Amino acid sequence: MSTHTKPQPLGGPLWTPAFKVLAAIVGVSVLLMIWRFIAGLGATTGLSDGYPWGIWIAFDVVTGTALGCGGYAMAFLVYIFNKGDYHPLMRPAVLTSALGYTMAALAINIDVGRTPYIYKIPVFPAWWNLNSVLLEVALCVMAYVAILWLELSPAFFETWEQAGSHPALKKLAGVLHPIVKKLMIPILAVGVLLPTMHQTSLGALMLLAGQKVHGLWQTPFAPLLFLISCVAMGYGVVAMESTLATSVFKRPRETRLLARMAVVPAWLVVVYLILRLGDIVLRGRMGLAFHANIQAFMFWVEMVLFIGGAAMLFSPKFKDTAKGQFQASMAVVLAGAVYRMDTYLVAYNPGKNWAYFPAVPELLITVGVVALEIMAYLYIVKRYPILGGVAAAPNVRGAE
Amino acid sequence: MGQKEETTRHEDHLDGSSWGRRDFMKVCTMAAAAMGLPSWAAEKMAETAAGPKKPSVVWLHFQECTGCTESLLRTSHPDVANLILDLISLDYCETLFAAAGYQAEDVLKDIMAKNAGKYVLIVEGAIPTKDNGIFCKIAGKTAVDMVNEVADKAGAIIAIGSCASWGGIPSADPNPTGAQGAPQVLKGKTVVTLPGCPANPYNLLGVVLQYATFGSLPALDDKARPLFAYTRVIHEDCPRRPHFDAGRFVGKFGDEGHKLGYCLYKTGCKGPVTHANCSLLPFGEVPGAWPIGIGHPCVGCTEQAVGFRIPISTTVEISHATPPDTYAPMHAEHSNIGPVAAGVAGLVGGALIGAGLMASKKLGEGAKEKEE
Amino acid sequence: MTVDRRTLLKGMAAAGAAAALGSAMEPATEARERRVPPPDAMGMLYDATLCIGCKTCMVACQDANGLPRDTRSSDGLYDAPDDLNAKCKNIIKLFKDGDRTSFMKAQCMHCVDPACINACMMGSLKKREHGIVTWEGERCTGCRYCGIACPYGVPKYEWEKAWPRVIKCEMCSDRIAKGQQPACCEVCPRKAVIYGKYTDLLAEAQGRLAAAPGKYEPKVFGATDGGGTQVLYLSKAGISFQDLGLPDLGETPVPDMQQTIQHSLYQGFVAPVALFAVFGAVIWRNRKASGGDGEVKP
Repeated sequence: MSTHTKPQPLGGPLWTPAFKVLAAIVGVSVLLMIWRFIAGLGATTGLSDGYPWGIWIAFDVVTGTALGCGGYAMAFLVYIFNKGDYHPLMRPAVLTSALGYTMAALAINIDVGRTPYIYKIPVFPAWWNLNSVLLEVALCVMAYVAILWLELSPAFFETWEQAGSHPALKKLAGVLHPIVKKLMIPILAVGVLLPTMHQTSLGALMLLAGQKVHGLWQTPFAPLLFLISCVAMGYGVVAMESTLATSVFKRPRETRLLARMAVVPAWLVVVYLILRLGDIVLRGRMGLAFHANIQAFMFWVEMVLFIGGAAMLFSPKFKDTAKGQFQASMAVVLAGAVYRMDTYLVAYNPGKNWAYFPAVPELLITVGVVALEIMAYLYIVKRYPILGGVAAAPNVRGAE
Repeated sequence: MGQKEETTRHEDHLDGSSWGRRDFMKVCTMAAAAMGLPSWAAEKMAETAAGPKKPSVVWLHFQECTGCTESLLRTSHPDVANLILDLISLDYCETLFAAAGYQAEDVLKDIMAKNAGKYVLIVEGAIPTKDNGIFCKIAGKTAVDMVNEVADKAGAIIAIGSCASWGGIPSADPNPTGAQGAPQVLKGKTVVTLPGCPANPYNLLGVVLQYATFGSLPALDDKARPLFAYTRVIHEDCPRRPHFDAGRFVGKFGDEGHKLGYCLYKTGCKGPVTHANCSLLPFGEVPGAWPIGIGHPCVGCTEQAVGFRIPISTTVEISHATPPDTYAPMHAEHSNIGPVAAGVAGLVGGALIGAGLMASKKLGEGAKEKEE
Repeated sequence: MTVDRRTLLKGMAAAGAAAALGSAMEPATEARERRVPPPDAMGMLYDATLCIGCKTCMVACQDANGLPRDTRSSDGLYDAPDDLNAKCKNIIKLFKDGDRTSFMKAQCMHCVDPACINACMMGSLKKREHGIVTWEGERCTGCRYCGIACPYGVPKYEWEKAWPRVIKCEMCSDRIAKGQQPACCEVCPRKAVIYGKYTDLLAEAQGRLAAAPGKYEPKVFGATDGGGTQVLYLSKAGISFQDLGLPDLGETPVPDMQQTIQHSLYQGFVAPVALFAVFGAVIWRNRKASGGDGEVKP
């Protein structure tokens, strides 16, 4: 297969019009971030004592890391189940994961009120409250960001080792590359372990909110549901990224490979739905789904997306075409994202007369973080060997 | 019985006989009570005042309206005669003097020589300092020279009224004469200030009698105002305070709230920032005889930063807010969502969905191309 | 619930073990030990039948804690918080439903098994001396998980500040250390809120219920609610504790569900280590079989 050729940098111009637009968005967002640190969270967000967590947690962190589960999902497939065929999808998946998690970490730094004290989390183990699920999430995410970049580091080392790169980088790559090579098995193993731990914990976080979380979402199964859905989302993101990248950069499609892989997220969604609905029915909470309120509505939105996504992934009509794969994957990814946003925001009710809606700066900072992620992706795939196969066509478009 | 007593007292006066112990007690008790002193102090004050050695007082007038003197003279208890003849020994006072010219000057010289270090100097009015103080001269001497000269040998110095305390109206913008209060002119000396326009006479009597009786001055704040009169702000002891707490305000002069005696805060009352005991110690012993009592907002006359500087209609900040007469509900309303934010969110969401659809459409086209 | 927790967790564990985990993750699903107040536990008892709504406690609380005045809702006229917030640790609220009215003193409940301290990453919020839950700034990153966790909505945040603190009633622990009472209890003119040993207060509350059963709702809120609270409430007959804004938590401590699951998964950290070992071995075997060098490669 042509896709088995060594990955190469795409090359081509970096400062395309799309890249400039992204840079402008990031610029605005950076100004707003500065304002947030000067004026405080109250002035820049819609957060309140009723809703202490908003989209920076629910979207950037909880949903963002789930979207960054491509690397995790693919590592399971490639390294644990030894499906070497999927190797061409590995590096792009790890890159999107590394970027997704890095942006989530950035968002945490913006969201937390006493940001300079974040350093204390890894530095003072004596203070650790081992009962805190959030501590586990924080430590795992910090470690996993490092692990992801280590997993990806050979792509950088390979480039730096080549003639013509900066001597310092060359020296650095010369020293580090062999070390990373030696440690790669434990790195990969930790890289599979950590997301298992903290994606579970992200589901466990809201268990502590007890009654404040709506009955359709509050369940002891939440940790498992989060884990299963994040893996399904991971495959979905890999498929979306692959179809988009091949289309945008005019490269050979990986449609057949993706079609074979499609059953994995499809079955995961099935397991998810059995657990989710079984739990709701067995605990007699199904009635809640038939109330005329936003929670019930969003529950059905989730169900339609999950069931529809799984059905599309099973259907040859969808899974065998790039368009169908993209749409099916988008449905699954969206389903998982809505499930997370619902658990953290829609299902969360701190009591009468509280409401939350993100403020304009809050929204724009989130948009800026995503824009930064896309910029970083474009930069890295153009300069470093991430995507396998043919080199860039002369008329590469820099758009997403 | 009461009528008989009245008659007797009146006759006493006609006879020229001095005030009785009862009367001294009454005045001194009021003065002592104003200062928060116990009854035994009032008794001692009365003894002193009734005794042969009454406190010798020199009263100097500079740039002023004589309002402070006027209000002192308008107290019905003691009345003028009792005050200057029996209660204190008012030895020099340009307003009340029978003497004039050189005769008056001689008296002053005489007191300063005889009672040096013992007499009480009361300053009324601001002191002009611009152009060597030429704007106020008495007997050829400027106010600055005169006050310095008399203050040098005084046992205690009291500035009565806002003019003498910090400049008052004469110092209001643009202050053409460079008017200043006595403490600014008499640097390094303790000058008890009794700001007010006018100052309450009982605050003065209290200080004078304490000095005469115990040889000491009352405890003072950082502006040398006696704490017994200037610790709290008008707002804290205002008779209209319940209306404030309940949120009942006069909107404008003459409205329904005004007729019903509601709180004057919104008409510019300076009570929340004005330190004075007006509401507790009625002027001339007539209850309600003070601005708020007659339906006018406090103008902040005692406060240098407020009186004659901030317009009467301007409301002031409440530095030490207290709970209102209402209660928080069980579930307060905390939900307010900006329409702009909702618009931006809609835009972002719409853009994402649009981008997804466009992308999948493009992918479909691409697939077709490939098939071809 | 038709399926008990043990069954649920077992099922969950089985699925979560995925393919490689085997028996390493078999969780100990025993429920957590029920917490009890520490032997030196101090508390408060608020009797809504005695409160006259004078708000003296609010003023005393503001003064004792050096809190700024909350004048936002009144254009600077009044110290009028509409709820507990970063400027108000103690508030008298009014419940009114036709003829049924009652005052309510909202503040930190100082739970026996607080959700907030289970949330707190580095132990900034902790049950310290006398079982009082206090906040330590040095350890707080400002993550606000405490606010998500607390069923009573107590921990408040200084949203307007660039360096925010978490503000909540700390039962005047500094005054207690000096041998004084919490400010609100000291000034209450009707002894509607009293301070004392937790056990004494519980006995006192139960005594009041027994002495005048028709006067009160037949329950001491906090004796067992949500695992118990060190601040106890008595309500007027006919006015439920939910009317007074307190949640109906049952007797299960709020952190139980999360903590049982989390501790089962992470007991002794065996499961993660085992999982790591299994992953490592499988990857190593696969690599070796395919002759790879263990690198992420195409």
